Amino acid sequence: MSATGVLFLAISAASLLVAVWLVVRILRDRPVHDALLYALGVLEAGLVLQLVWGVVQVVGAHGDLNVAAYLGYLVGALVILPIGFLWAAAEQNRSGTAVLLVATIAVPVLELRLHDLWVTR
Amino acid sequence: MSTRTTGTGFGRVLVFVYGIFAVAATARSLVQLTTQYDRAPVAYWLSLLSGVVYCLATWAIAKDRRQVALAAVLVELVGVLAVGTWSVLDDGRVFTDATVWSDFGVGYGFIPVVLPFVGLWWLLRGSSHQSD
Repeated sequence: MSATGVLFLAISAASLLVAVWLVVRILRDRPVHDALLYALGVLEAGLVLQLVWGVVQVVGAHGDLNVAAYLGYLVGALVILPIGFLWAAAEQNRSGTAVLLVATIAVPVLELRLHDLWVTR
Repeated sequence: MSTRTTGTGFGRVLVFVYGIFAVAATARSLVQLTTQYDRAPVAYWLSLLSGVVYCLATWAIAKDRRQVALAAVLVELVGVLAVGTWSVLDDGRVFTDATVWSDFGVGYGFIPVVLPFVGLWWLLRGSSHQSD
């Protein structure tokens, strides 16, 4: 598997792990705690890395890649967690946690789109 | 809970989901309209329409504009059912590429056809239980 594929897979898996963790917090009716915030931070660091890596790819040889769509999904994946975090912060209860859950489920979907765009270029 | 607003509680989650679709549909259609317009103009304009409807719904639910939100969600419901049915019957003549609402939103895990029902439930539930 290519380095790009490994990155897509690692970010998707990490995001789904955080999603499961969020589900547990929601079911137990416990607020988001520091450990989860650190996990979200690590995930976001991975998404920053992915954006840098993606820009390097786009600048280099990229075949028939749909560059506008690819960059769009990269930026979307980069901003969805911070926006979700800000939107969730106003309500520190199950609703706020559920917003973060939606964001962490959306990330693997974006990864899948990025993967499809990259392999069909 | 006498002054329940549409953008808090479950509504906060709903706004976020609508927001994702607002960005996804609008961005997708703008990219397609500007880079490959001739491939399927009707489909791309319909995707842009869905994006505008999602933007309006996101804003209205977040800002507790219940009437505007209801109108937007109703347009969304009619849109996804009409475009969904049309795209199924069309047989690839007009819809030479997919829209957000094609085949009832199959490209988005059928969330587009479920979302307006959830939106209606949430908005009407809030209005008929204002004193609970």
